Amino acid sequence: MPPLLEVQNVSKSFGGVAANVDISFDVAAGEILGLIGPNGAGKTSLFNSISGEVSPDRGEIRLEGRRISGTGPLVCARAGIARTFQVVRSFDSMTVRENVMVGAFSRTNRAREAMAEAERVLDVAGLSARADHAAYSLTPPEKRRLEIARALATRPRILLLDEMLTGLTPTEAQSGVQLIRDVRDQGVTVIMVEHVMEILLPLIDRAVVLNLGRVLTQGLPKDLVRDPAVIRAYLGDKYAG
Amino acid sequence: MMTNSILRRRRNELVAGVLVLIILAVLPLPIRDVYTQNLIILTILYAGLSQAWNILGGYCGQISLGHGLYFGIGAYVSTMLFVSAGIPPTIGMFAAGIVGAVAALLVGWPCFRLSGHYYAIATVVVGEIGYLLFLNWDFVGAATGLYVPFHGENWAALQFRTSKLPFHYVVLAFAALTWIVAWVIEGSRWGYSWRAVRDDVTAARSLAVRVFPSKMAAAAISGFFTAIGGAIYAQYVGYIDPDSVLASSFSVLIALPAVLGGVGTLWGPLVGAIVLIPTSELTRSYMGGAGGIDLMIYGGLIVVIALARPTGLVSLLGIRKQVGGANAAPT
Repeated sequence: MPPLLEVQNVSKSFGGVAANVDISFDVAAGEILGLIGPNGAGKTSLFNSISGEVSPDRGEIRLEGRRISGTGPLVCARAGIARTFQVVRSFDSMTVRENVMVGAFSRTNRAREAMAEAERVLDVAGLSARADHAAYSLTPPEKRRLEIARALATRPRILLLDEMLTGLTPTEAQSGVQLIRDVRDQGVTVIMVEHVMEILLPLIDRAVVLNLGRVLTQGLPKDLVRDPAVIRAYLGDKYAG
Repeated sequence: MMTNSILRRRRNELVAGVLVLIILAVLPLPIRDVYTQNLIILTILYAGLSQAWNILGGYCGQISLGHGLYFGIGAYVSTMLFVSAGIPPTIGMFAAGIVGAVAALLVGWPCFRLSGHYYAIATVVVGEIGYLLFLNWDFVGAATGLYVPFHGENWAALQFRTSKLPFHYVVLAFAALTWIVAWVIEGSRWGYSWRAVRDDVTAARSLAVRVFPSKMAAAAISGFFTAIGGAIYAQYVGYIDPDSVLASSFSVLIALPAVLGGVGTLWGPLVGAIVLIPTSELTRSYMGGAGGIDLMIYGGLIVVIALARPTGLVSLLGIRKQVGGANAAPT
């Protein structure tokens, strides 16, 4: 049985800038994979390739053996890829519930079914009490939760979280961590881009480290923090040794 | 129960809609003054036209400033069918609607590749092209225009000379129909997709919303009803030429009530029309249109609203605007 998601030799350049160079890794069903690396390492570009926003120049991304790279966001979303955005993109003229229903309508034409699905994922995301508030009135951590709820409503196989914990207070981040664990326990595989290492490392099962568009290394979180190459990428030569 | 907050809101809106319909149905009965009757008819007609515009410009967020084209096409198609083929406008208006929808699709095909202001500018240009085409097209009377022949008092041709009352109910039916269509769309998958497209295209796409087809569907429905409104207008005034149905000012007049009342809301077009149309008619008749004072008052009103209440008058009146939650009790 193939892995759930295969990223194979993916390269993507924007003009003269190579955002991703020959990136390969697999993601197993049910794991939480951390995609880490310093700013400009190509994490968000890779997310955009996986979610179909952009097409890789070379290489292929496969979901359960089926190629999804280059098919566009619509096909990727239908196939089971959902995502959140680094800069929150809520539908601000709509209520929280209506936001989530947009996601739910990707699986049904019936408003009542979409409402029931919204009810379910709002509960998972801990937003039930805010369901009838305007999306723009939410606090930043609530907006992140809204994005997750909206993504979950599409019934994804894989959820891509782009800096979902960045900029939160420690308490908010901890409840975010719990939400991500809950999501995984519901059978959704999670790939997350994150900077906050002390929160990320205990949460993820495995990490892929990117630097300057390439895969620097991958492995278990506890091994990576001791890897001189990783320390060098983050802190410079002085600290690696 | 929480689940039904949307259903409850929608039911309340429907009840309000029926009440407003009843009020508007009895409103003209005591009125004997022809001028006032005319004012009410125009107001309701523009409420319907603006609701048709609202389907594309409001719910789907594609600000079209070329809807005068579909309005004019509707007026011309039904009138031409009546004049040259004897097809009564009650049937002709649906042909007009279909031609209007097709025109909206043809305009949308290239223009929806543009976004925001670029789309709006493109629709202005398309509207102007339409105006010039009809101005020079002899088959449809060119600059001379077309007279709608009077076939005696009859419903099939929507021709009434002795009383304006029948026409009141014709435009009321039209406006009610556009309102119901907007209400149905608001609660359907399409409505959710369209609003998502309006608020954030990238996020919409990531949720499997089909952006281009959404815009095209909204354009077709919007063009259909705008053209029907044009066909009704042609029967009402009895004479059309490019200046009276295709001028770019019509495109603005159709959009403004919704913009003023509240874009993408069920009640915005009606509320906006109630404020705008009598204001514009009254200033024109009392100021005699001299020096365009009526237009200055009109424009000033829009500037004030845009600055003070960009979400429209509906939010001011406390009618629940579609931006929800504000009225929901905090839990």
